[in-house]
Amino acid sequence: MGHTLFAGGTNFLAALINLGGNGRYISWGAVRISLANLIVILVMIALFVAAIAIPFPKHLGRRK
Amino acid sequence: MSIPTSDLTVTDEKETWTGKVREAALGAFPPDRLLPDRQPAYVASWAYVFGALSIGALGVVLLSGGALAVEGPAWWHESSVGLFVNSLHLWSTEFFFMFMVVHLWAKFFMAAWRGRRQATWITGVLAFAISIGTAFTGYLSQQNFDSEWIGTQAKDGINSTGAGAFWNVLNFGQMLMWHIVLLPLVVMVFVGLHVLLVRRHGVVPPFAPTKAQLEKAGLSLAGAGASTAVADALGTLSPPPAQAPLQPPEARAEMPLQDPPGNEAPGQVLSQDLASPEPAGEEPTSSDQLWQLPKDES
Repeated sequence: MGHTLFAGGTNFLAALINLGGNGRYISWGAVRISLANLIVILVMIALFVAAIAIPFPKHLGRRK
Repeated sequence: MSIPTSDLTVTDEKETWTGKVREAALGAFPPDRLLPDRQPAYVASWAYVFGALSIGALGVVLLSGGALAVEGPAWWHESSVGLFVNSLHLWSTEFFFMFMVVHLWAKFFMAAWRGRRQATWITGVLAFAISIGTAFTGYLSQQNFDSEWIGTQAKDGINSTGAGAFWNVLNFGQMLMWHIVLLPLVVMVFVGLHVLLVRRHGVVPPFAPTKAQLEKAGLSLAGAGASTAVADALGTLSPPPAQAPLQPPEARAEMPLQDPPGNEAPGQVLSQDLASPEPAGEEPTSSDQLWQLPKDES
């Protein structure tokens, strides 16, 4: 019974982030957002900027 | 023994509905347009990758969701394998939405509805919106306190719209069926339509370069008052090189996707786009337009 197979991985993650605790929220005036959602939004913005800034490898875009 | 031909009635294939559908489908989606192996040079950018990444993530969502359906919604509470598959389902959904949002941003700033691509844009928006609804019903299908809390909070909002009369978020069976049957079907229909429309109309070409951009690249339009239309501007900038004579379509299929020699300078950045073959999915291009960007039809 239980989650023994992934217990090690779960404990490892739990050591980094407290997955069982209350969510953290950031408030700025009327704006309130959970830290998890803010991180996801920042990651998406970073992905978007990187997709524009990083050149596409030529060997992937062109046939030899 | 001979059969009297006067007694035979031959029906033209195109008179049958199956024949008409086949002809229409082949006309709209010839095999090389449906499954192209070449794309315009400007597609070689990470910004164009996120649509395909979204579909890849959706594939993992569907496969992991199918595996969860085999064992039932409570499987992940009592099995470590179930927990793994459920986590796969959750994280593939997270990536699906992340990729889809970046795809949306990229296409928004490209104004990807240009050139009679409005239907492509709208089907993408609908796929995105219905995916959100599908994810919400997934929250309600977790069978834990989290789903109970979300359900009791959501019911007031749903009831305030009047939809609560037939959409009961506290009805677990109803929400589960919507999550695993009805909404995924609708998402797949719209994603399928979206992809077919991309194949039909091609990916949107870049904006025409502005005069300032041309000057920065050391280029200028020929003559005062010359049009800034893409084809005109690019035709002036980059005439077809004499070293690479234009080929008939069947010969072009074998040509490498490389810039023709002598077409790099001085507008090297631009020449990469200029030298591209016609984009997949565009209307057949005459041979004298091969070195031009497709015209923006908007």
